[in-house]
Amino acid sequence: MSMNNQGRPSRPEDIEVQSVTTFTGNRALQIEEPLIFETGHMAATGVDLPEPKGTTSRLGGLERKSSMNLPGLAEPEAMRHFVRLSQKNYAIDMGPFPLGSCTMKHNPRLNEKMARLPGFADIHPLQPVSTVQGALELIDTLAGWLKELTAMPAVAMSPKAGAHGELCGMVTIKAALEARGEAETRTRVLAPESAHGTNPATAAQCGFTVDGIPADETGRVDIEAFKAKLGPDVAAIMVTNPNTCGLFERDIREMADAVHEAGGYFYCDGANFNAIVGKVKPGDLGIDAMHINLHKTFSTPHGGGGPGSGPTVLSAALAPFAPIPYVVSDEDGFHLVEKRSQEEGDHHSFGRMTAFHGQMGMFVRALSYMLSHGGDGLRQAAEDAVLNANYVLARLSEEMTPAFEGTCMHEALFNDDFLKDTGVGTLDFAKAMIDEGYHPMTMYFPLVVHGAMLIEPTETESKHELDLFCDALLSLAKEAKAGNADKFKAAPVLAPRRRLDETAAARKPVLRWEPSDDKSMAAE
Amino acid sequence: MRYLPLDTEDRRAMLDVVGAKAIDDLFADVPADALNPPLDLPDHAGEFAVERQMAAMAARNRAAGAGPFFVGAGAYKHHVPATVDHIIQRSEFLTSYTPYQPEIAQGTLQYLFEFQTQVASLTGMDVANASMYDGSTACAEAALMARRVTRRDGIVMSGGLHPHYESVTRMNGGLVGGKASVSEASPDGKDNVIDLITDETACVIVQTPDVFGNVVDLEPIAKAAQDKGALLVAVVTEIVSLGALKSPGEMGADIVVGEGQSIGNALNFGGPYVGLFATRQKYMRNMPGRLCGETVDADGKRGFVLTLSTREQHIRRDKATSNICTNSGLCALAFTVHMTLLGETGLRKLATLNHEAACATADALSAIDGVELINDAFFNEFTLRLPKDAADVVEALAARDILAGVPGSRLWPEDESKHNLLIVAATELTQDADIEAFANALKEVL
Repeated sequence: MSMNNQGRPSRPEDIEVQSVTTFTGNRALQIEEPLIFETGHMAATGVDLPEPKGTTSRLGGLERKSSMNLPGLAEPEAMRHFVRLSQKNYAIDMGPFPLGSCTMKHNPRLNEKMARLPGFADIHPLQPVSTVQGALELIDTLAGWLKELTAMPAVAMSPKAGAHGELCGMVTIKAALEARGEAETRTRVLAPESAHGTNPATAAQCGFTVDGIPADETGRVDIEAFKAKLGPDVAAIMVTNPNTCGLFERDIREMADAVHEAGGYFYCDGANFNAIVGKVKPGDLGIDAMHINLHKTFSTPHGGGGPGSGPTVLSAALAPFAPIPYVVSDEDGFHLVEKRSQEEGDHHSFGRMTAFHGQMGMFVRALSYMLSHGGDGLRQAAEDAVLNANYVLARLSEEMTPAFEGTCMHEALFNDDFLKDTGVGTLDFAKAMIDEGYHPMTMYFPLVVHGAMLIEPTETESKHELDLFCDALLSLAKEAKAGNADKFKAAPVLAPRRRLDETAAARKPVLRWEPSDDKSMAAE
Repeated sequence: MRYLPLDTEDRRAMLDVVGAKAIDDLFADVPADALNPPLDLPDHAGEFAVERQMAAMAARNRAAGAGPFFVGAGAYKHHVPATVDHIIQRSEFLTSYTPYQPEIAQGTLQYLFEFQTQVASLTGMDVANASMYDGSTACAEAALMARRVTRRDGIVMSGGLHPHYESVTRMNGGLVGGKASVSEASPDGKDNVIDLITDETACVIVQTPDVFGNVVDLEPIAKAAQDKGALLVAVVTEIVSLGALKSPGEMGADIVVGEGQSIGNALNFGGPYVGLFATRQKYMRNMPGRLCGETVDADGKRGFVLTLSTREQHIRRDKATSNICTNSGLCALAFTVHMTLLGETGLRKLATLNHEAACATADALSAIDGVELINDAFFNEFTLRLPKDAADVVEALAARDILAGVPGSRLWPEDESKHNLLIVAATELTQDADIEAFANALKEVL
């Protein structure tokens, strides 16, 4: 044993340890953390406020007398609570997050800094327009970039997320049909079977019926089947491009022409715009509307499930029906059109998607990202995203089975053929990735591919990081084929939690903490 | 480019592995004439160049904190403790995804469970979801939910509902046969919404405090709605008010929706905010949006998962309760951190300070000749009737660096009877000197 000069061992002894249990349940840096309701005290507070003056209240006799059951924590306790919780999360800043279709790319911190400038963060949506000229300029500038990148003449900025943008696009289409007097007759929307679930859900929310289009053997819309479904009752098609199989719809212009000829509109789901930004302008392909997820293509953080932002570009045919509010400008500066009664020319908005003006905080971040990349950098980002995905596709094809032949766009899709007869399923394979230090890929989506595994590396992964990732997945695939199914079935074993019982959670839902009547039971 | 790790050598080597000669081989499916179009955009820029350009735009806005500030009507300027922003900027929260892999997302899931509990407790309801886009979209979703529950089409809204909320609900709620009606918007809080309730009414939507600041007793409206088989949807746009006012749950609401911005979130020119959505246990499975629930893992340890997802679009597709695919996770975290710091003690005190500031402001302003305070009961916001168009007054005061409130014409441009109204909000940040400056300047411009 080596000793340092004080006689203290400086190298660990070689003792094999099978499994360790600790008194606290903690595992070194992984600290078990109770709910705030289990540690907080009703009287505690972590905010020092001045003493009220004791003014007689004018609340109309509706004062709250009941307890709120809201415990407080002193600042150090609160800080520790949330930091401990944070350490149970995986994040892009820790490693590859290859969730297909979700576009987990690096979130530059410059964008966070810009969004916190008081001139953006600390302004009220109903301040006099004369006091927020810079904010309106920012919205107008961002709108200009979006229009240039898509070759579309208009953009509705207010949708709050991708699905909200879809809703905006489909409501705009409905308004255009109403103006044509065809809202009653055009009630059917065509969407590929591989579509995101939001597409049919959005169409249904607008009162349309949804008709699925099958895919061909290359993973793209079956153009003949699609044309056969067109008719005078078709309101629109909703097609994702690049599609959810990670492939470019090479017949997109033919689709656009066919739907236009049939009197319908082309809604393009822009969830995968990051694959083609700067490379192709969707407006050059004949689309009528497309939402853009600023949190995917333009790197605003996903934040553990929002907030997102889904500006929706519109063709000349749909632009007049765009929702309020929108920014207009003249020699006096920028103005906001906030009510239909304020509209001029051929504008007749369908109404309002949300209170106020949309996700300003996300606009700031997205514009900061665009200015950083510039037109040249955005194009390079799309190219690198596609290259990274194809590199992963090529390397993993050694052991895993691609769903379709040929190259892909920004994400690589595999089926579960390579796991056939191994006893390991897609879920097990994905859970084993967790123990290797990776967030799993998107699983079982798109629905048209059996046991689908959709891997989107994004452009912000280095070759070194991708090589290690591919080596790890190849090793897992080999292990699965070698018959080591138990390891996969048990995985993950190194994460803060093992697999959770989702069936039990749904059968008897516990959606909030309740004070326990019997404290002795809780302590056991 | 600083965000792109690949260099020319990497790209070359990777193209070789892929078996492509050039990058555009991978874009071969794109129509050739549409590939690589000219871009009328500037080239990439370094940090300080971007910062300079963004800061120049920010400088052309008057920040709320830069002087006397009394603007509200659905978004409020409150103090947010420094801890909140630090927590939400932690990588593990900021750069994580929707917690679909619960084994490595317990951080997000546990705070969502805490958030749901806080929202349910605050609103006096049984259950809450993991948040919505904002208050207005939550309001529209409540109308849709009430239609699912009651299988009726009528959406009755009080004229005291924020006009933006009314527009969003009218648009979204009306898409598939919903029939919206609205009672007359009455600044003094006298509301005939009960008269609009019929046997076809799915829900009655009432805001408290209403857009004019009036505190509304929901009990008689809840009773009238429920007698006809309709649900009462209570809307709270200033969530701090629940630190002082009886909760909508105690007054009989079936669904409570709200804007949570006031707790933990900056003004952000209108977004991102955090929509609150709570209801009774019996309607749980009709709720829209994400829900986080408690369960155990394979070792029997407590953990949390997203649950009841069979309501949601990624499973049910066109039969889903809503097309919503996201919540407002990071804003919900900000809410939870701030609420955890406040606790019940802090929240009650915060609410009292808000109310006191509003009382002092109302007294100072209504003492001015020709200025009439319309409300009897209010929380931190009230409405003044001015002797002239309030928009002109607001502009004149803005020129004196006082942001005085929201003029009626901003919310009801087509209703001239409201153009002399000024909606004024005060919060814990309002100082006596601000009130004095406002009162003095108002005297000058009237």
